[in-house]
Amino acid sequence: MTTIEKTADDAVREGAGDDGSPLLEVRDLHVEFHTRDGVAKAVNGVNYSVRAGETLAVLGESGSGKSVTAQAIMGILDMPPGKIPQGQILFRGEDMLTMAGEERRKIRGRKIAMIFQDALSALNPVLSVGYQLGEMFRVHQGLSKKEAKVKAIELMDRVRIPAAKERVSDYPHQFSGGMRQRIMIAMAMALEPDLIIADEPTTALDVTVQAQVMDLLAELQREYHMGLILITHDLGVVADVADKIAVMYAGRIVETAPVHELYKRPAHPYTRGLLESIPRLDRKGQELYAIKGLPPNLLKIPTGCAFNPRCPRAEDICRTDVPALVPVTEQDGTELPGRGSACHFWKETLHG
Amino acid sequence: MPDVTKSQSGGAAVDTAVDAVAPPTEVDTASAAGPAPQGKPRSLWGDAWFELRHRPLFWISAVLLVLLLAIAAFPGMFTSAEPRNGDLTNHFLTKPELTHFFQADWFGYDGQGRSIYARVIYGTRASILVGVGVTAVVTFFGGLLGMAAGYFGGWIDSVISRIVDIFFGLPFLLGSMVVLNAFTERKVYVVIAALAFLGWTTIARVMRSSVITAKQADYVTAARALGAGTGRILFRHVLPNALAPTIVVATISLGAYISAEATLSFLGLGLADPTISWGIDISDAKDAIRDNPHVMLFPAGMLSLTVFAFITLGDAVRDALDPKLR
Amino acid sequence: MADTEKNEQAMEPAADATPNVTEVETVEAATEDEAVAALEAKVDRGEPILQVRNLVKHFPLTQGILFKRQIGAVKAVDGISFDLYQGETLGIVGESGCGKSTVAKLLMTLETATAGEVFYKGQDITRLSGRALRAVRRNIQMVFQDPYTSLNPRMTVGDIIGEPFEIHPEVAPKGDRRRKVQELLDVVGLNPEYINRYPHQFSGGQRQRIGIARGLALNPEIIICDEPVSALDVSVQAQVINLMEGLQDEFNLSYIFIAHDLSIVRHISDRVGVMYLGKMAEIGSDTEIYDHPTHPYTQALLSAVPVPDPESREGRTRIILTGDVPSPANPPSGCRFRTRCWKAEDKCAKEVPLLAIPERFAGTDSPAAHESACHFAEEKDVVHA
Repeated sequence: MTTIEKTADDAVREGAGDDGSPLLEVRDLHVEFHTRDGVAKAVNGVNYSVRAGETLAVLGESGSGKSVTAQAIMGILDMPPGKIPQGQILFRGEDMLTMAGEERRKIRGRKIAMIFQDALSALNPVLSVGYQLGEMFRVHQGLSKKEAKVKAIELMDRVRIPAAKERVSDYPHQFSGGMRQRIMIAMAMALEPDLIIADEPTTALDVTVQAQVMDLLAELQREYHMGLILITHDLGVVADVADKIAVMYAGRIVETAPVHELYKRPAHPYTRGLLESIPRLDRKGQELYAIKGLPPNLLKIPTGCAFNPRCPRAEDICRTDVPALVPVTEQDGTELPGRGSACHFWKETLHG
Repeated sequence: MPDVTKSQSGGAAVDTAVDAVAPPTEVDTASAAGPAPQGKPRSLWGDAWFELRHRPLFWISAVLLVLLLAIAAFPGMFTSAEPRNGDLTNHFLTKPELTHFFQADWFGYDGQGRSIYARVIYGTRASILVGVGVTAVVTFFGGLLGMAAGYFGGWIDSVISRIVDIFFGLPFLLGSMVVLNAFTERKVYVVIAALAFLGWTTIARVMRSSVITAKQADYVTAARALGAGTGRILFRHVLPNALAPTIVVATISLGAYISAEATLSFLGLGLADPTISWGIDISDAKDAIRDNPHVMLFPAGMLSLTVFAFITLGDAVRDALDPKLR
Repeated sequence: MADTEKNEQAMEPAADATPNVTEVETVEAATEDEAVAALEAKVDRGEPILQVRNLVKHFPLTQGILFKRQIGAVKAVDGISFDLYQGETLGIVGESGCGKSTVAKLLMTLETATAGEVFYKGQDITRLSGRALRAVRRNIQMVFQDPYTSLNPRMTVGDIIGEPFEIHPEVAPKGDRRRKVQELLDVVGLNPEYINRYPHQFSGGQRQRIGIARGLALNPEIIICDEPVSALDVSVQAQVINLMEGLQDEFNLSYIFIAHDLSIVRHISDRVGVMYLGKMAEIGSDTEIYDHPTHPYTQALLSAVPVPDPESREGRTRIILTGDVPSPANPPSGCRFRTRCWKAEDKCAKEVPLLAIPERFAGTDSPAAHESACHFAEEKDVVHA
């Protein structure tokens, strides 16, 4: 029932002025890194899309390719050793990978902004935060120093940094972790982008501060009707803010679902294992379920389904055939909108 | 979830899973998972060696250095000519015969009728000795002091660091000239001592900072928690992890010491006859250079080549040891 | 609930009058009273294996290069007391900067305590040195947070796990060591043939197993785990947690489990202590802390934990604290939490609340009757509500 509420909510949001076409669409993206030991296939055919006002959570462990995908979207991938042999990244229907550098730079920062995990190293330690915030306006909008400073204070107010006026000339190290992350958010928000990519925005923060920052992000997103791609490994954080989730494993999306559906009825053994392996605050469990084995070596991804060596359901077909991300249906064949699973045995996983 | 295998605490399920996925050993008993890229035990030094082997610059400098070392050790094997006794009447400033490979007159003769080829060959030993000697002394003492300062900190660090600052303030060449001036008999070891006396500070500083970084690592804390003593922590944990920058600086400065020796000898404050040194030869050649550039060219070329070999080796080693490249 | 008759009147005044030291006696005395359900978990534990009393660590802030002058102190740990019993796991949770890692270092005697005592089987280990200290270190070991920096990259796995035997040669004769190391690898679920490999050839989870094997080598009684799984992937965390629980049963280990992840701490701990700015805010059994917290900070902390279930999430009350943790160099007067507390009154600025069973719950069989350092302690279930 909550799902219904959510969809209704979505409809309202879309009604707020968009034609419903995706803001950003990633199509069959591949990224590989050429290293001394061979070719590491970090992303192997990822598809996803975000609309304005929508939050897509990309969930995965280290090495799943979630951050690499984001870097490819932002165009901040180190190339070489990185390489994009295949795929499209469409922003409002235009492929950013084939765009001229100048054009692409215009989108980056102005239309798509990124928030990083480590705010301290993302901010320049020798410049005041006011100067760094104002830089966006000076460079992109040609404002004077004075005007930019006023704008910077405004921004700091908007991300609820107390005493913004007094603190505008402070340096990054004078702020606490939570405040620095707010400054990062303010910087990303400065030019009112259409899309924000947040890469583990709260991982480095304490729980009590995490909640503050996540709330702020969600609120700003609603206010400005932005698209948000939230990259995280934390199933808890995702549950809070996401509309839909894409679970990544070994450079592929293994499951997509609206947020409530995913937690209630996972359709991929990996998602299921992840959900079962986290200890719960409200339950004292006996023994934790543990997904056996290790995340795959990207230089040598197992044949067939990459998850097969760790999967309790694996059969011969899983070792030979790569499962495609197929739509998932109810037992009676009713469609489940937005749901997909890349498992040969999704029926058994979902319904069994 | 009936199919879900609960892993036994620390037991079989985890065991086998890890075994199956992890790369097989060199013994190849666990080869069920097939050959893995990291099949063999690979130490960081081993990795550095691997990096080095794939660098052409390393091979160029290595071949040159082996050759130079051989020349320094057995000059007699490379020439039969006599470097000290010239024959003024027959050979005064004779031009080189570039086709007479390895002959006494290959590089021609100098102003005292001595074979330049023989002098270049015999001069190698002094240069290499000074370079290697100064580097060894400097690395040992500078490294030791830097290590003590970095590891113990506190007043020990304060005292050593101030001394380093004072020595660092003295100009290297000027300082060595002043020191050497006090000696009348300037043998190789005197030059080594003079250069080392002023040269140890760089190594001490590099060692100090890398020891400070290394001693803060968790594995050092872990060793302390096990009850390890200072000696074990220093020599098993801190030193092996702090050595890389020192090795790089030492290799590169080896070339610099060789050219410093040549400079001092040129100025008449370094080695002196009867020791044969490229610096002395370059100095002797300065009057004849206008009409007979070859007298200068060959010792100077040899010197440059040697310095180049050491600095290139240092560069290659630095690239190989730099973890950022991996 | 708060006003039920007191069973332990005799003990109460003592607990109120003096701080933590006496308080522990109260708890022990209370165990005799089997009717006290809240203290059930504490029955039959016997003597504590580790007793921490008023532990203090201040890091001096100095100025000047040669002639240093103290201008203040970072009060990282400021009077902590607790007990650890044989075979149990005591979880310590708190945000960054609360001093929990300093506590770990103090227990390992890697830092010298400014004041206070740590009794290991009745012997104060904070003042030990030399041989006596080495003997104690055999029995108290540590597992580190970062599996990437806690193993020496220049040593093989065999050398790393074998090092404890080299430092304490009396534990294993020389010829026996290689076999011992292989046994340990097997115990932590690694292939014993990996003995000649180097740490960087392993993944994070495997490295943490190596760290655990090193910690086990000397057959310690206590293992202090400082955020042992926070650097690991979710799917690997569960493996390591299960391994640690299995080892605890197998070798009858006592754990002090320091972490910021409250869910994991609940899972593994028998008792939990919540730290804030160098002080213990609340301590009790896992049910007492998680289902019946009485300290506002604990409540806020629990309510902020993201729950991986959007539906149970929506019904939950969330207490979102304003502001950040104050600097431990200049902590607030009175109760340290008062600057962020919604209940704070004048009293909180003046009086330091003692860690004791709140008066209103004292003597009741309510699970809220556990030690809590708040003037206005009040039960509030934030996890299930």
